[in-house]
Amino acid sequence: MTRILLGMFFLSLTAFAQAVEAPPTAQDPVLEARLNNLAKELRCLVCQNETLADSHAELALDLRREIRDKMRQGLSDAQIKEYLTQRYGDFVLYRPPVKSTTWLLWFGPFLLLIAAIAGLAYFLKRRRRVLEEIPLSAEEAARLKSLLHSENEQA
Amino acid sequence: MLRFLVPFALFVALIIFFAIGLNRDPREIPSPLINQAAPAFTLQQLQAPAKQFSPADMRGQVWLLNVWASWCVSCRDEHPVLVDLAKRNLVPIVGLNYKDQRPDALQWLAQFGNPYVLSVTDFDGRIGIDYGVYGVPETYVIDKQGVIRMKHIGPVTPQVLQDKILPKVRELSK
Repeated sequence: MTRILLGMFFLSLTAFAQAVEAPPTAQDPVLEARLNNLAKELRCLVCQNETLADSHAELALDLRREIRDKMRQGLSDAQIKEYLTQRYGDFVLYRPPVKSTTWLLWFGPFLLLIAAIAGLAYFLKRRRRVLEEIPLSAEEAARLKSLLHSENEQA
Repeated sequence: MLRFLVPFALFVALIIFFAIGLNRDPREIPSPLINQAAPAFTLQQLQAPAKQFSPADMRGQVWLLNVWASWCVSCRDEHPVLVDLAKRNLVPIVGLNYKDQRPDALQWLAQFGNPYVLSVTDFDGRIGIDYGVYGVPETYVIDKQGVIRMKHIGPVTPQVLQDKILPKVRELSK
């Protein structure tokens, strides 16, 4: 009996463990929602393929804290993005800005698509020329007729 | 003939793209701070908490700002290189002790040697963010006017020092 009680006691301790880990900033759900939305647009510099919202890296925590502070100070999302790109470059943005160095990135796929369509059109046009209609000779026509005829009979 | 040449040329182009792309280090993100004034700060010194340091104190000389921490594993790799550099008296190194604890940092310096003219403490990592630090160790070369001229991400190896950092320091010291 004492063992069960002890077990229950220790199990109940885990509740406290979780309580300690709860984020201390949940007091302001509106701000947290805004932070989360913005953080989804931002890249974690340490784990590179994760957003700031998903990452558990130390730096991501610090950056979220920093963004939270900036939001409290009344900065707009655009201003916060500006603040981060000044320090980490465009790489922090998951949606890179359209500028001369990113033209290839933004428009390259469309160029490839246009090139592919042009290539396909050229190929089809050439094939049509190759497959030009050649009229059957009299002998071939007779053979075709007999073949079709025998086919019909079998059916 | 063209039938074979065109796919072959495309294949070669693809290989070249891969060769360039795969040989790049994706961890190295170009810093927008190059050729910008080093962000200002005033921080406590690690060894003398009563004293403060700010980058303006280094005006008129070329210096290195090295971001380090006692918890950082690759800092151990680069540390002997920095200790050696400090002995050669070529360029002053200021340490930015990033997200560390004072006793740990002091013990680390006692154990491995102190190549820094001084270290400042950035315990909450705010100054690190201003400098765009994302992977310790990082090293900045700052010129006489207080402008960042180069950033090296990752440990400073003898080769990086010889080929990258020291030539820059020499060029800026002129």
